[in-house]
Amino acid sequence: MTRSSRRLTRLLAAATVATTLAACGGGDDGGGGGGGGGGENEASDVGITEDTIKLGAHYPLTGVAAPGYSEIPTGVQAYFDHVNANGGVYDRQIEYVYRDDAYNPTNTSAVVNQLVLEDEVFAVVGGLGTPTHSAVLEFLNSERVPDLFVSSGSRLWGETPEDYPYTFGWQTDYVSEGKILGQYIAENLPDAKVGLFLQDDDLGADGESGLREYIDDQIVEVQSYVPGNTDVGPQIAALQAAGADVVVGFNVPSYTALSQLVSLRLGYQPQWFYSNVGSDPTLVGSLLANFSQGQVTDATLLDGAITTEYFPGTDSPDDPWVQMFQQIWDEQGQEGELTTFRLYGMAQAYTTVQALQAAGQNPTRDDLVAAIEQVGADWEGPLFAPFRYSEDSHMGTSGMRVVQVAGAAVEELTPVLTTDLGDAEIEESDREAATPPENGIPDEEAAD
Amino acid sequence: MQQFVNVTLTGLISGSVYAAFALALVLIWRSTRIVNFAQGSMAAATSFIALALIQAGQSYWLALVVALASGFVIGAVIERVVIRPVEGGPELNAVIVTLGLFVAIQALIAIVFGSSFESFPAPFGLRGFTVGETTIALTPNSIYVLVAVVLTMAGLIALFRFTRLGLAMRASAFGQEVARLLGVRVGRMLTLGWALAAVVGSLSGLLIAGGGLVYPAYMDALIVFGFVAAVLGGLDSPVGAVVGGLTIGLALSYVSAYLDPALVNLAALVILMVVLLVRPGGLFASSTARRA
Amino acid sequence: MTQPPDTPVVSTGEISSEAPVQATAAANAPTASAGGGRSFLPANTLLRHLLVLVACAVGAVVLLEITDPFTNSQLAQLTYYAIAAGGLTVLTGLNGQISLGHGALMAVGAYTTALMLDADEPLPLPVVLLAAVALATVVGALVGVAAARLHGPYLAGATLALAVGLPGLAVYYGDLFGGEQGLRVRAPRAPESFESFIDLVSGNPPSATKWLAYVGTICLLITFFLLANLVRSRIGRTWRAVRDQEVAAELAGINLGAWRVLAFVVSAACAGLAGGVLALVVRLAAPSGFTLVLSLALLTAIVIGGLGSLVGVLLGSALLVFLPPFVTDLGADLGLNSTEAAQLAPFVYGLVLVVVMIFAPAGVVGTIRMRWLTARARRAARGAGS
Repeated sequence: MTRSSRRLTRLLAAATVATTLAACGGGDDGGGGGGGGGGENEASDVGITEDTIKLGAHYPLTGVAAPGYSEIPTGVQAYFDHVNANGGVYDRQIEYVYRDDAYNPTNTSAVVNQLVLEDEVFAVVGGLGTPTHSAVLEFLNSERVPDLFVSSGSRLWGETPEDYPYTFGWQTDYVSEGKILGQYIAENLPDAKVGLFLQDDDLGADGESGLREYIDDQIVEVQSYVPGNTDVGPQIAALQAAGADVVVGFNVPSYTALSQLVSLRLGYQPQWFYSNVGSDPTLVGSLLANFSQGQVTDATLLDGAITTEYFPGTDSPDDPWVQMFQQIWDEQGQEGELTTFRLYGMAQAYTTVQALQAAGQNPTRDDLVAAIEQVGADWEGPLFAPFRYSEDSHMGTSGMRVVQVAGAAVEELTPVLTTDLGDAEIEESDREAATPPENGIPDEEAAD
Repeated sequence: MQQFVNVTLTGLISGSVYAAFALALVLIWRSTRIVNFAQGSMAAATSFIALALIQAGQSYWLALVVALASGFVIGAVIERVVIRPVEGGPELNAVIVTLGLFVAIQALIAIVFGSSFESFPAPFGLRGFTVGETTIALTPNSIYVLVAVVLTMAGLIALFRFTRLGLAMRASAFGQEVARLLGVRVGRMLTLGWALAAVVGSLSGLLIAGGGLVYPAYMDALIVFGFVAAVLGGLDSPVGAVVGGLTIGLALSYVSAYLDPALVNLAALVILMVVLLVRPGGLFASSTARRA
Repeated sequence: MTQPPDTPVVSTGEISSEAPVQATAAANAPTASAGGGRSFLPANTLLRHLLVLVACAVGAVVLLEITDPFTNSQLAQLTYYAIAAGGLTVLTGLNGQISLGHGALMAVGAYTTALMLDADEPLPLPVVLLAAVALATVVGALVGVAAARLHGPYLAGATLALAVGLPGLAVYYGDLFGGEQGLRVRAPRAPESFESFIDLVSGNPPSATKWLAYVGTICLLITFFLLANLVRSRIGRTWRAVRDQEVAAELAGINLGAWRVLAFVVSAACAGLAGGVLALVVRLAAPSGFTLVLSLALLTAIVIGGLGSLVGVLLGSALLVFLPPFVTDLGADLGLNSTEAAQLAPFVYGLVLVVVMIFAPAGVVGTIRMRWLTARARRAARGAGS
């Protein structure tokens, strides 16, 4: 037990939150260790005052990557507003600053400099994109700024915590997703000829490496597209020519719609698999819906496509978590519908609040990191599978389930499966679905 | 074989849209000796106007007419208000002005219409025709695109070749002083050139949008390839623009299918360099290369 | 660094009949700078530039030490824009060739730097940066040979294709260049002498950000010193001759092509250095950092400030760095949410370009110079009349 966390425990003993009090009863009541007056909020580190805590993020709000992704921070904001309206975290209001990097690493570097050096945020939360966030990985770690829950499934964010001790992943990594999809195909479609449709970056490469763990010999054709070039006709034509009757796409949503349109044009009808990043049936459906008003007679082009989920999306409106977030969005959100992008942001904000609670009443930046390593793996929330956080891994959630799109909803094909990088086995998750808290705010004890 | 046919058809369709866009650039170049980098943003703006109408329940064709008309107005207004002061000045200043417009208009679209992806309906079917057993990448909508581009090109050629108006526009572009002495209202001709170009640009924007996704920056790739196509053909030549557009469209489609999609932009560079090294004024340059 | 403390880098001499009515006004200035009668600086060009260099260096240190760390990082950004734009203003302002492709040349420098620093035992930083310059120079020479034959929009088109085409190589050879994700750059640590220097000067903490800002500033000062001398040498005069009097220059035995290539090579060298600094400051070399937007930004910097003027380059680069955050913050203060405020920045940026070009077509420096010259001419006329 570190000095600072002992101090935290003692501070918490006087905290007003009933459950935290209960927790401390069983814990250490604090011996020597760091000082700190009982129960008063202090400005314990950069970005924290007695009544505020400042968090920052970078997202593409303008430019090519803005569509869709720019909605995520509005979800985060709505959730933080909800928490603030209910007293904040340890009576601190969360100030959330997000800045535009236009999905350009040069800009990311500039805006994260601004967040850290000028806005003086306590932590960066949910920075989006692999190339963009790569640009600030070194900087955030050298400045010792917690870099939580990066919005990307690259393994950079968690595979080597010894190199980047302040950075944490959040969503299921693309390798694990590839493995889970690969196993599903190997078991259920063992004779299929598989074609891959990949984005030409880590999304595609990691996904492919996961898939090859299981269906290396079934893959007959690999085609990749470069983000920004919207003409994927040649790629789909090549998959068709190779005779692939199953196509697995590791791509972003717009390219799901594009690949469907091109396939329609080519009369190509394989069994489609899409990675979670690219599937979102509601979004893709709404993209394609406009065409159905025109001449596409089949309203749900995506019907029957198989994908994965690691948190309930807008396609599961009956899920209690979705209902909870829907209610919060209706009360706090800006204009517009609750989309899966916004849900993503809200779920991420939920995890962030869990982390802040676990870090204790007057945390330092290091306390926050220590708390996530210590108790992050036990958190329950909207995500189906637990996080893999520990001192040895900062990888995010470990699993997902395979689902099939049916109209505007999805049907489960497998239970929640968990796995890890490398040759880790795929196992069924034994965790029960968590029940959302009454007031929509998690209630984590401070780690000790 | 099927793949080759489909790749070719895909290239042909995108090439024809590049050609339409290149035509718009050529029009402006001919009338004012300016390369209009804002063309893409202007076209995107009109596409969003059309989309707003369609989403409000109007028909595609009404939206098309309104979009083209608004393109005409936007083109004319921009020439009068923003371009006129820099016309005849240093070439770079005009370039910077159009770049500024490009950025500003694109941001304005994002502010007004938001920056999410929207699907843009197509007036005709999006399913490929079936020949025997196989489906080819030719849809009723792509035939519409091809026909629209061909008609536009024919119309422009007719305008410049056979009408007094076209003659006056050409005269204003090539020799302002002389044209003015001969009673041509040069200023009006220049405005008209921009307005017409904006209409053609808007049309290419609508054509590429139909059956695809639009967002504020969706015309960016078209600016690059359209410009390359126009330069390839020789900026003065409408026929060159069309040939350039089709060449680029086909070549990039083949590169994307048979080499690597990462090399598409590089291929555009190589093609352009090879052509320009042999003919520094483009494929269809008039006998003396113009020194701008 | 921003505008140096003493502005007359382009000291004005007798500009007689050469009426500065075009954007090239600022570019013309150095032609006549030799006998600046009123200048308090020495008449010898090299000596004068050395003095200015020292003054600028002192000014830069003061500026970097009185500003906060975030401004330091913005100034570091400014240095790589200014270095590349400095080269470009020589190419475009002095030699008259337009290039929309300098972002690609910066990419060459950035990737060279990233790869060399990635070695197990990286070479010293100056060597790495020199290698970045060398490689960009080679690529620049190749492009320059092709570009020398082209004019106006054809040159613009070719260089535009270069800007969008070259980064594709980084994706195609993904194993070497890291594909879309690019290469992360581990900037070498600051030497101890730097820490003691900062301690001596201001006692500020010698952070990595500060160190990189200093690296950028040193590169910037060296580049501008060399460029300033170059444009005032015989080479600079020849370039202007090639730009303004093509036929006359050719008749005078000047090989137009060779001189154009040389101009391209010089500007490519600057772009290479700028790319190296960018890689250090941004800590990454990735294709998405070298989009067409970067090339266009450089062009903006040289035209807004005043074509051909190094001071103008600094002003233009400052605009690129400081305007967007300023507008975004302004928007946020006006009650817009972050998304709306973010959209506001490119809008205002675009408008500024248009407005400056309409109302001050010679750029900021050019316009001020023109005003000043007009006023002086009037004074002179009055003096002669009385």
